[in-house]
Amino acid sequence: MFHEPAAQSGKDPAASFKTLLGVKMFVVYALVYAGFIGINIISPLAMEKEVFWGLNLAVIYGFGLIFLALIMALIYNQACNAREAALMASGSEKAGE
Amino acid sequence: MNMEIMPVVLFAAFVGLVLGLSFYFARQAKSAAGYYAAGGSIHWFVNGIAFAGDYLSAASFLGICGMIATAGYDGFLYSIGYLAGWIVALFVVAEPMKRLGKYTFTDALDAKFNSKGIQLAAALSTIIVSLFYLIPQMVGAGVLITPLLGFPHYIGVILVGIIVITIVATAGMTSTTYVQFLKGGLLIVFSLILVVVTLNQGLTTTPDQGGKKPFYQYRTLDASEANGSLQLSDASYQVAGQREVDGLTLVKLLKDGKISWWNRETAAANGQFILREAQWVIQKADGTKIINGEAASAENTLRPIGNLEVIRGKTGEEARIPAVGPAEFLAVIGHPESKVKTWKSVKFAEDLDSVTVHVSSLIPGNRILRPGLKFKVDGSFLQKLDFVSLMLALFLGTASLPHILIRYYTVPSPAAARKSTIIAIAAIGAFYVLTLYMGLGAMVNGTINLADNNMSAPLLAKAFGTFLFAMISAIAFATVLGTVSGLIVAASGAVAHDLMDRYLGMNLSEERKVRAGKISAFAIGIVSIFLGIIFEGMNVSFLVGWAFSVAASANLPSIIMLLFWKRTTAEGIIASIVTGVISAMGLILLSPSMYKLYGLDAATAPVPIDNPGVFSIPLSFVALVVVSLLTGSKKEASASV
Repeated sequence: MFHEPAAQSGKDPAASFKTLLGVKMFVVYALVYAGFIGINIISPLAMEKEVFWGLNLAVIYGFGLIFLALIMALIYNQACNAREAALMASGSEKAGE
Repeated sequence: MNMEIMPVVLFAAFVGLVLGLSFYFARQAKSAAGYYAAGGSIHWFVNGIAFAGDYLSAASFLGICGMIATAGYDGFLYSIGYLAGWIVALFVVAEPMKRLGKYTFTDALDAKFNSKGIQLAAALSTIIVSLFYLIPQMVGAGVLITPLLGFPHYIGVILVGIIVITIVATAGMTSTTYVQFLKGGLLIVFSLILVVVTLNQGLTTTPDQGGKKPFYQYRTLDASEANGSLQLSDASYQVAGQREVDGLTLVKLLKDGKISWWNRETAAANGQFILREAQWVIQKADGTKIINGEAASAENTLRPIGNLEVIRGKTGEEARIPAVGPAEFLAVIGHPESKVKTWKSVKFAEDLDSVTVHVSSLIPGNRILRPGLKFKVDGSFLQKLDFVSLMLALFLGTASLPHILIRYYTVPSPAAARKSTIIAIAAIGAFYVLTLYMGLGAMVNGTINLADNNMSAPLLAKAFGTFLFAMISAIAFATVLGTVSGLIVAASGAVAHDLMDRYLGMNLSEERKVRAGKISAFAIGIVSIFLGIIFEGMNVSFLVGWAFSVAASANLPSIIMLLFWKRTTAEGIIASIVTGVISAMGLILLSPSMYKLYGLDAATAPVPIDNPGVFSIPLSFVALVVVSLLTGSKKEASASV
């Protein structure tokens, strides 16, 4: 049933990298999200403007926020995996010296 | 009893499967780690889909679809906000929570301080937020049971309560996880099927639910006003009364001795105006009910509503579009020359009777597919503030929900916590895109129940046959079961682990800790049954918006500051939690929507907006910073002496 063995997580050498990257990506997303709120309260009629395929800005921006979340999540995961692998490799090299 | 065989069989099969899973996993829940955190051994993919199962609650499936069906894009704002909240969970909270905690959210907050105050405050906050979140789930359960099994609302609530208490008390987090996994996966697959058949059916101005419900053409009358009295184009009607209610002018007409209610639309320049036929319910003082002029019965109920009156400037048969793609569907409904018939309900007393009149109006498509029908983004400053407050709470609330936070302890490592969050974002994001199609599908296919919009998505499925309705309803019911189970595990963990074991220092053995959790689950289940009955009839997504506000105000400031501000003290965290809970709850209890629930005039509510987050979240941050600075400097001073 997809069970993995329980494991205690030890010290994570990539933690500070992941925290900093996470905060930066959070700020980027929060700004895009704030833009959505801002347009709605400052210029609600702009949300009716057609962007493409007959779809208006409200639909494109709303779907865009959902897809952007997924894309940023994948980028973040890729970056974290790469850093964890690099640190693990350098840690093994040091242990082998 | 209104009971169809297939929904009942599928419903019973789902409940049997869920209970079977619980008994199967019961043997793994003997230890505290097994009961509260599934032994920390769940695969990240299963946990990710289970996250989706936890999160896609009655609010998402029933509430959002219902709100989109009646208020258009405003309902979709919840989808956007709920999903965006996962970014906070992934980028800021996921891995640190896994590193710091053991079983509960309190463990993580208290990891650095070992403070009795934090244990008490965080545990109480978990219980309060869980209860707030439980209310809409239980309301959703009652809503589902009525059309599915023909039972009244309260029976549905009690039934869910009993099943969920059994699930949680049997196997805790392990069974809850697999119930969520199963339900999360099925919900997404069947929602996709529902959207495909909806698009395939196309669009028409006279939806008849595949021939099952003949389309009802509402009548209109031309009228004018002369010398203070109404002149009607059809002389067979007589005016029996007129009244202003909530900004609407309602006209009571008499024809052949029968009354009917009409909505008077604003006069054109020439003094002419239109009266639109309404639906109405009269609740008599003796308990009898009249619907649209006839006694209420199984055959005489309110007519289902929702249709396009004009499609891109065309009406009637020439407006019909046989099948549409996903972009065209939205483009047609959102076209400025499409018009959607939407409904509003007003209530008033007449003699000893209570009268509810449901009136229709035509809204152009471009207004339907942008915010503004429910949340008045083009209204006053306070109305805009209410919108900002809601979006803020949705964004910050997800990462503060106890039943979401405890799922980080069911995986083996911080990396698994991160990966499961990404799976959750993919699954939940896909589902939220579908909500817009399901909600709008109900809006234009005549499947909305006027008395309760929460059933819009299942009733849309009913238009495509009993099997799809039965499957969607059974999954929706499993949705409620799963989410309620997760919430009860979170709340019972707070009682047994945080309060009894740690705060009161009872040092419970593993076995007694599990037993305490099960007894707590029973007690919390009973309270949630009671609350689910009281809040009958409110939109479940709206109620969840409140739960997010309380969670974001009570929990998020302390999580963020603990991780990113080294001067945070235990006293600061306690002050933040207490301020967040009290301010958010206080503002909600004094809000216009609660005043309506109390039976008072909403306009007299002391707090002018419904969503408290814009005040209570910053207040909670300020409390933490001020108290931390004060207590931190005192400690520094005493250390230097």
